[in-house]
Order: sequence, then structure tokens, then C-alpha cells
Amino acid sequence: MTAIHSANTVSLSRRSFLRVSTNAAAGLLVSLYLDFPLFAQEGAKPPAKVYPPDAFVHIKPDGKILITVNRLEFGQGVQTSLPMVLADELDADWSQVIADLAPAADVYKDPVFGIQMVGGSGSIAHSFQQYRELGARVRAMLVAAAADQWKVAPDQCHTEASVVHGPGGKSATYAQLAEAAAKQPVPAKVQLKDPSQFRFIGKKVRRLDSRPKCDGSQKFGLDLDLPGMKIAVVAHPPVFGARIKSVDDKSARELPGVDVFEIQLVKGTGVAVVADKFWTAKQARDRLKIDWDLASVDHADSSRLLTQYKDLARTTGNIATSRGDQKALDAIPDANRIVAEYEFPYLAHTPMEPLNTTIRFDGDRAEAWVPSQFQTMDQIAIAQVLGLKPDQVTFHTEYAGGGFGRRAVIDSHVQREAAAIAKRLRGTPVKLVWTREDDVQGGYYRPMFVHRVEIGIGQDGMPVAWRHVIVGQSLVAGTPFAPMMIKNGVDATAVEGAADAPYSIANFQVTAHHPTPNVPVLWWRSVGHTHTAFVMETLMDELAARANADPIAYRRKLLKPDAAKARRALDLMDEKSASWRNSLPKGHAFGVACHECFGTAVACAADVSIEDQRPRIHRVTVAVDPGLAVNPLTIEAQFQAGVAFGLTQLVPRGAITLKDGRVEQRNFDGYAPPYIADSPVAVDVHIVPSTEAPTGCGEPPVPVISPAVVNALAKLTGKHYRTLPLVAL
Amino acid sequence: METYKLTVNGQTKQVTADPGTPLLWVLREELKMTGTKYGCGISACGACTVHLGGMATRSCVVPVSLVGNRPIVTIEAMAADPVGRVVQDAWVTQDVVQCGYCQSGQIMSAVALLKYNRKPTDKDIEESMGGNLCRCGTYVRIREAIKVASQQLK
Repeated sequence: MTAIHSANTVSLSRRSFLRVSTNAAAGLLVSLYLDFPLFAQEGAKPPAKVYPPDAFVHIKPDGKILITVNRLEFGQGVQTSLPMVLADELDADWSQVIADLAPAADVYKDPVFGIQMVGGSGSIAHSFQQYRELGARVRAMLVAAAADQWKVAPDQCHTEASVVHGPGGKSATYAQLAEAAAKQPVPAKVQLKDPSQFRFIGKKVRRLDSRPKCDGSQKFGLDLDLPGMKIAVVAHPPVFGARIKSVDDKSARELPGVDVFEIQLVKGTGVAVVADKFWTAKQARDRLKIDWDLASVDHADSSRLLTQYKDLARTTGNIATSRGDQKALDAIPDANRIVAEYEFPYLAHTPMEPLNTTIRFDGDRAEAWVPSQFQTMDQIAIAQVLGLKPDQVTFHTEYAGGGFGRRAVIDSHVQREAAAIAKRLRGTPVKLVWTREDDVQGGYYRPMFVHRVEIGIGQDGMPVAWRHVIVGQSLVAGTPFAPMMIKNGVDATAVEGAADAPYSIANFQVTAHHPTPNVPVLWWRSVGHTHTAFVMETLMDELAARANADPIAYRRKLLKPDAAKARRALDLMDEKSASWRNSLPKGHAFGVACHECFGTAVACAADVSIEDQRPRIHRVTVAVDPGLAVNPLTIEAQFQAGVAFGLTQLVPRGAITLKDGRVEQRNFDGYAPPYIADSPVAVDVHIVPSTEAPTGCGEPPVPVISPAVVNALAKLTGKHYRTLPLVAL
Repeated sequence: METYKLTVNGQTKQVTADPGTPLLWVLREELKMTGTKYGCGISACGACTVHLGGMATRSCVVPVSLVGNRPIVTIEAMAADPVGRVVQDAWVTQDVVQCGYCQSGQIMSAVALLKYNRKPTDKDIEESMGGNLCRCGTYVRIREAIKVASQQLK
């Protein structure tokens, strides 16, 4: 755990340096180049670098300070919180701060992951220090410029609200100093603020992007309009990976300006339909008569998979974790055992903005506009399809209408499709649009999982033996991520949250099987924790109930001594929810859950009753320990909304199912995420005060809510709910 | 292809389109008004909500040929609408938006609700906003913002 030390001094490492360029008209531009090649080995030779003229800070002559965010903004609020961090160390006037999203470039790669991306709740966790140092360095250069002008020592100056103040009442604005500051050497060492000096960090700061998102002026990727732009849709195979035998496009071509051609997909082939307008392209696609070769691909089927997975779950898989004596369980009589089998369906992400990518290919260059969580990978993929080098593809990061992992796809299949179409349309920009049906039926789901857990309970009512088998597809097998994320045949993303559960259980084993049905799978907000937290936290309640113990006290007793964050979250939740938990109306029950993921611990309590055979969630109290809370307002909003996202697992139509290779749902009629009435009426969020390094808050809201609600339902009905979604209570 | 005269945000617009083209795509592609969003195309998510003849309407399932002379009001007109402006301001002060993609539709539904019911209950809110999907899940703050706007409208 890294504490935020007061008066922190940092120096530029061997691998990082600043490059400053000056432009009198444009003001000060500063770029920090960090070189952490993807999964670098210490001592490995860093790859050749390209230094684009992009910048993190741009002090404009009118005093506006443009801060470039090295992330995708897709709801999580990073377009406000990273500028807060930089502006704080810079002592900027917040009212003059504006922010923009960085294009793809080496300089904007995640300092830890080594690629430009959003994922793993890493935006603040990985770039907090980076943005602090950037702000502090720019501030030092502005102070140095002022000190030079006034012929005083820099330490005789201080800064506030974009102004440097010197002795004798001298002052100059950052805008006035920008040009001279750009000529100053970049300081190798820079003093960071003591947390007590923070002006913005730790304060509730409203989002910078609210107004344009409330008046319709915010442009998302799908809103892009370029002169002469065409719209493309693609007919995808009805069974994953199938190829076309023949296409009858006569009727489609009768529509004005329609072109139809076959394209290679990542797996299988598809038919691209290009027109001037979306509606024409979609109508034309509906008119295609395609004969698919369905015989040569595997037809996945949910019910058959379930049988297969359940059989596998009765056998020991590859070992994710094993401690103590695995035979201890066998010595425990059946009466003191719980055997629980859980079923989780495939889940689609369905971000509100359907997937899209716009590309113009000019032969020796290309330009791409992509709402992307995976800029580095998507840029490489587009370049590959077009026969270019990645730096020949100018890559704009477009604002995205949600993502939840769906815009971070290792094979960049949407971008590859768009590039294949753009290649054919050379010189003409083309926007590929995935319809909602393409999205719901197009794969890349949270995998289906089966868990089987056998627990042996000791005389004191606490678990002494735990044997846990997890069955589900690997997210990364066969990809460049496999060497890092698959160990001993176990994909870490399938067992996280179970294998590393914070509970003290002497004899504990988690193993995993990874079958390989023909269904593309992908990380879905909070990844493995979506299912592991549900299993762990419903079983905790079941154990507590058998022991006639309070579910919070039971967890507190079982938490490992070093689970400090989880304990703090649990204690705070207990304190903040005690009064309403102790005065619930008749017909209501509360359920709790506690889980730590991505370095952030969360505990929640839900007040639930049953209305019209569905859970009615009257209130949720959430306590979170995210280390230092950079923007408590964003964290509150993330948790309030993230618990609603988490309920995707419980709503009755929250499942993707396959029958004989075909996805049975098409749109939001068959696959229906939570609407307002499915979601908590009120959510109060409480943050554990902390000076520890900040951890992420994008994913941690998701795992806790479903087990908390189900634990409440179990009290109301006396049933165990181990099959999701909750079709009937 | 047919030519239609539409009244959009008080202005008369002439468009030429196939009669079956949904109003949503006429707004977005013919009139270049992209504040109204495509989310599902089957009236199941509410991202495309506009006011048609004063009623909150899913523009993705209304063919342009059936609009007739009913006035169309979109998110782009809300800043100049007395209720719309109050609702937008409440959305900003309550920090409602996250990704923001659904919020045009949410605001159009909220304005329609508040025009007819200045003091909506939680159940009223759930009924009027019940078809507007927000994948980020900003529902708690949407509720709060509607209540704040309701207070201010009196």
C-alpha cells in the first residue's frame, strides 16, 4: 500500500522525460513521455519511440487551460477527475480549466499497462501520480519564468488561481508567463503538495461535461458527420464464425446508392452494405438473401453447455489456489456441510451508444474516429487491415455512450470490419454502425459460468474447509494477454474474487475449468467479480444464517486480519445503515454483501421487499474504501449508478442464451437491462476517509448489489437463489 | 421518395425521404440534429424521445409519413423552453450525467412529465421515466433532479 507522503519529492526516472515545445501563439505545451512497453521485462530494450506534438497541458493566451486526458470518457468521470489532479498541483483557476480526450499516441499510454486503454479501474489509480507531477512541473516552470523576469528567487514566489505572485505585490498570470515558461528547463525534481494543501483533490467537484450532455450538443462517435461520408452496416453470420456460401443482393441494390460486398471478419465472413444514409443501408441489409455455410462451425447451445459445465464442476480443475489440507472436507459429516451449485448466463454489455467506427483510408495514410477503450490495439488493428504502420493511422478518441468493457476488445473486430470497408471505399470516409441487434447477437459476452462449492462447517459455525470449482470460458486464451493472465491453466479473470477472497478459511481450494465453446467472450464491468462475489457473499449469508449469527458480525469475524480495507468498509456500512436496518417496515428485509476488487473495498446493505413478484429495492447504503477519494462526488455517482448496472444480473430478462448456435435475444425486448423501477429508489454512499493511494471506482460498485439483494430475498422467502437471472422468486 | 414539411422546434423544414424512414433518422441524418439518439430502433430504450404534438414520443418508430402537421420538439430546443431549462439546470446541479448518451431522451421524458404534473411522486416518475433506459444506471440522480426541478417550477 502506498501512502501519499507529505511533501513528496519525485524525480524523473531514467525512462521518462519531458519535452517542451513552444509556440508563441499557442502558449505553453508540455508533454510527458513515459516509456513502459507492454508487459516490459526489466532490462528489456525499450522500443523505438515516436514523439507526436500532442500535449497534456495547454495554457492558452486567453487564460483557458486545456488539459488532455489520456483516457476514454464514457461515464466514469475521468475527464473531470484527472484534470482536477493536474490543476491542483498547477494551482490553476478551475473555472478556466477545460478538458479533451487524447488521440492515440505513445505518450498517452497507461503508465502501468503500457498500452493506451481504459480498464481494470486503472484511470485514477495509474495516472494520479502522473498528472500530479505534470501539474507540479508546469507550475515550477511558470514560477521560474516569473522569478527570472522579476530577478527574484523562485521560492519568493507563490501561486494561486493561475497567477504567480512575487515580492512587492508583483503578479503575472499563467497566460502572460506561458511563452517564457516554455523556454525554462523542465525541472528534474519537483515538489508535490502536502495533501493538506490540496485545493480540488478530495473536494466534490461537478463534472465538466454535464451541460453538453444535457443540451444535445455533445458529439459521440455515432454522431460524427464528415463531408461525403457513407454509412455501412454488416450482415454477420447467424452462427459465430460461419462463412457465406452465396449472396443474392439484387433487391438490396435496387435501393438508391447502395453497394454490397463480402468482407472477411475476425472469424467467418460477412456482407457489407454501404449507402449514403443509415436507414437506406439497414433497409438494404434486410433485403439480402444470404446462404450461410453453417455446417462447418460449432453450434453452441446454452442448455447443452449447462449440462457439460455441471459435469465438469464435479471434477477438480486446474488449481487457482490451495491452502491447508484438501482432505479435511471429507472428514466433516454431511450434516455440517453445504453443497451449492450456481449458474450464471452469458451477459451482453449493451452500452447505450451502439458500436461504431469511422475511417477514411487515403492509400498511404488513414484517419479513424473511434469511441475506444483500447486505442493502442484498435489503431494497430486498423493499420494491419489497411497495410499501414500504426503511426500512419491518425486515431481520434471519440466520446462513448457507455462501454463497460465492450469497447476494449483484444481482436478489435469492429475496427477490423470498418477498416475492411474503408479499404474498399478508398478516399471516402465511412462510418460502420452496429445496430442494437448486431450488438445483442454479436457475441463478446460475459461468459456463462457454473460454480460448485462444498463447505465444511466447524463446531463454532465457521467454515473450516472450502472446495470450489469454477467452470467457464477464459477471456484471454489464445490472445497476447494469455501469458500474463493465465497461470497454471487458470485464467485469473475467472477466479478473481474467489481465489483471493479475504476470508480466513484454513483448508481452502479454488480450481477452474475453461471449456471452449464457439462463443466470443469479453470482460464485462468488474469481470470475474460479477459471479465470484455473488457466490462468496450469498454463501457467507447462508453460513451466518446456519450459525444464527448477524451477517455483518459473521463476516467481521471471518475476515482475515490483513483485510483492512474490507473491514473499514464493512464497519462504515454497519454504522451508516444501522438505524434503518433496525426499523424496517413489515415485509421488508435487509441483505448485506462485502467485496474488494481493483484495490477498492465495498460493503453494501439493501432494503428489499417483494412487489409484483419482483424485488423492490427501497434503499441501498454503500460504504467504500477507495484510498484517497479524488472526487467524492464522482465516486458517489459511480456507486449510485454502478449498483443499478450490477442489477443486470438479477432482472428477469438479464440473460443471453443460445439455441443450436443462434442467440435467442435480439434487442432490448428480449435482453432487458434494469430500468428505473428495477433500480434502488435511493442510494446513500459513504467514503472511508483515507490518505492511501487512490484506487479505482468504475468497477467496484457492480459486484456487491446482486448478492445483497438476494440475501434480503432469502430472508423474505426462505429460498436460496443460485441460478441467475432471477426469473421467478 | 416523398417530400415532407415538418415543424421542428418552431421552424418549418422540408425534407425528402422514403415514407417509411423513422423520424429519428430524418432528424439525425437529413436535418443533422444529432442530440436525439439511436439506441434500439424498437421503442425499447427511450434514447430517441422527442415531443410530437406535445407528447413524449419514441422517434425511432414513427415513420416520417405519419408525422403530419404535429409539431416536433427536440432536445436542442430545451434550453429555450421554460420547463426544459429548469430540468437541464437541475440535471447539471445534481451531476446526473455519466456517459450522457441516454440523457437527451431522459430529459425529454422528464420535461413532458413536469409539463403535465408539477409535483410527481416516485411512482409517477417511475411511470413516466419507466421506458428510458440508462445503462450507466443514473436513475437515483435522475429522480433527485426531477424533484429539484419540480421544486423550482412550483
